[in-house]
Amino acid sequence: MLDNYLPIFTLILIAVCFAIGSTVFSGLIGQKKPSEVKLAPYECGMPLVGTARERFSVKFYIIAMLFIVFDIEVVFMYPWAVMFKRLGMFGFVEMGVFILILLVGYIYVWKKGALEWE
Amino acid sequence: MISVYHYMTIAAILFAMGTYGVLTRKNAIVIFMCIELMLNSVNLTFIALSRHLNNMDGQIFVFFVMTVAAAEAAVGLALMISFFRNRESIDVEEIDLLKW
Amino acid sequence: MENLVQTALNNVNMWAIMPSIILVCFAMGLLLINAFLPRGATKPAMWISLIGLAVTAFSVISGWGSPQYGFSDAVALDNFATFFNVTFLIAAAMTILMSDDYIRREGYPIGEYYPLILFTTAGAMWMASGTDMMTIFLGLEVMSISLYVLAGFFRGDVRSNEAGLKYFLLGAFSTGFLLYGIALIYGVTGSTRLSEIGVFLNAHPSLLSNPMTLAGIMLLSIGFLFKIAAAPFHMWTPDVYEGAPTPITAFMSAGPKAAAFAAFLRIMEYCFFSLKPEWTAVLWALAVLTMIIGNVIAISQTNVKRMLAYSSIAHAGYALVGMVAANEIGYSAILFYMLAYTFMNIGAFAILVLAGKKGEENLTLEGLSGFGYKRPLLGVAFTICLFSLMGIPPTAGFAGKFYIFAGAVKAGYIWLAIIGVLNSAVSLYYYLRVMVYMYFREAEEDYSWVKVPVSVVVSIVIALVGIFYLGIIPGAVMDLARLAIF
Repeated sequence: MLDNYLPIFTLILIAVCFAIGSTVFSGLIGQKKPSEVKLAPYECGMPLVGTARERFSVKFYIIAMLFIVFDIEVVFMYPWAVMFKRLGMFGFVEMGVFILILLVGYIYVWKKGALEWE
Repeated sequence: MISVYHYMTIAAILFAMGTYGVLTRKNAIVIFMCIELMLNSVNLTFIALSRHLNNMDGQIFVFFVMTVAAAEAAVGLALMISFFRNRESIDVEEIDLLKW
Repeated sequence: MENLVQTALNNVNMWAIMPSIILVCFAMGLLLINAFLPRGATKPAMWISLIGLAVTAFSVISGWGSPQYGFSDAVALDNFATFFNVTFLIAAAMTILMSDDYIRREGYPIGEYYPLILFTTAGAMWMASGTDMMTIFLGLEVMSISLYVLAGFFRGDVRSNEAGLKYFLLGAFSTGFLLYGIALIYGVTGSTRLSEIGVFLNAHPSLLSNPMTLAGIMLLSIGFLFKIAAAPFHMWTPDVYEGAPTPITAFMSAGPKAAAFAAFLRIMEYCFFSLKPEWTAVLWALAVLTMIIGNVIAISQTNVKRMLAYSSIAHAGYALVGMVAANEIGYSAILFYMLAYTFMNIGAFAILVLAGKKGEENLTLEGLSGFGYKRPLLGVAFTICLFSLMGIPPTAGFAGKFYIFAGAVKAGYIWLAIIGVLNSAVSLYYYLRVMVYMYFREAEEDYSWVKVPVSVVVSIVIALVGIFYLGIIPGAVMDLARLAIF
């Protein structure tokens, strides 16, 4: 029973050894030229702009809210897509009505200016 | 063998965690996340039972719960934004103009 | 599989949801009109929504006596649903009539206000006609989500914000319980159809003491008791009612509460009739608790809106008494009482709406001193509404309480009826106190700012006609209510 796990244990062992070994080794033989940008928590070669705890514009939230609402409605299309041949014309019309209702919401959002960034 | 009982137990634990979070947390968004956890534990229960009973009603119910939760999230976030604009905080301890 | 699809298609019956389709079409049309029309055009919106309600009412009333069932028994537009639908439509119409001037006075764009009221009403109608957990849940959520927005409608007002946020957080929390209850009952019975659940539980008596069933019923009831604001799940009520815009408070305490009663009643009667002795015993205690908490805390309130919030908790307690009685009179009395409560409570709020200035709601008892002398007609109308809330004959409140307690006595709950009557006596104190301020205090103001627009007058007149009609000839409506129950 435990024999079956032997390859996995071996793999874990090698992985751990490699990770520790390469970290220690590069620390021992590597050159060190620390600079402020390199020591920053989000080091990616670019100087940081402000802190991460800055406030976001409320516009992001509005877009996010609209995205949640419209995005999730797609779940109703999956069951329809699976069955649409059997549901025939009735299913098609019902889905059309559903899309129409979503469209009303979309036009409303659009006219209210919620999609404009400025 | 994983049976429906395991799923039910997990769902019950998640539901209890959600409830505990709602009752103890102070930040309205975290409270709302806990409520979402409760709703999703219910979804897990429905799916597990639907599979166990070999009956599709539970899965259909989950579709509705998901969409309703999304609509709730949108409305909730909007309410929190408007609260934040007026009060500069969404800490429920500061919802104190009306006696809680 | 082919058969299943065919059966499902054959079971679609659009007539069963016709009233809510009409209402939702009007609401969506209003949304679009509002998006395209320039700001400030509020009068047409009011007329369109009133026409929408009238058309819906026509479709509802013409369905009386010819029940429609549809969507594989998920929707039943029977007399029970019809009676409640009329109640919701009256509540919505009265609210819309009293809102127009108020919203403009407070300086908010009317925008989504009317469509949201129509959506709330449509949700309430699904709740009353739902015979499947899914339809009831969907109706509940459509209603609640619209109400969260309405409660926080005054975006610039911190109190309205708070009310909306509180209502949202606690409402969503209670939805979680409700859903978990539904899930557990689905697990036990394998169905979400109310009648199938009832039949299954009745056929398997061993399941009745199964912890999963009991936990399910308990969680389900918590969800509904929250919505009807029964103690100990009433905590949100005073805060939300106080912070929300006044017409919305009036609407919330009448329409959505009646909807929650309708769905709760149907679920308990269809699904759990085999457990009737058990749940009536629990509701007995809750009804007593609700009546006492509502009435006792209302005594110490100085804000009239908050006092009416506690009194609405107390009234939920009276209606619960009808559920405890669980007989023909008790059930039909709930229907009657909800209609009566709609008239008297919305009428009282309509006058409170008039008594304030822009930004100053003027809702304290002090603020109303001398109001009855300076504004005699409004004073009299307010007094009549309060008398009806107290339950003084010949008003609707008296007839409603009479039927409720008669049902309790007939079912053998003498003590419950006595506690209810004693609570009514307690409530005299805080209702009369408002009148004392209105008539026996020196007026500090001349209330010259009180404008009386025609639409609000219409709303008040509807309330008064309703109060006296139900109070003087209650038999007519009570007979309809008897026909409406299962």
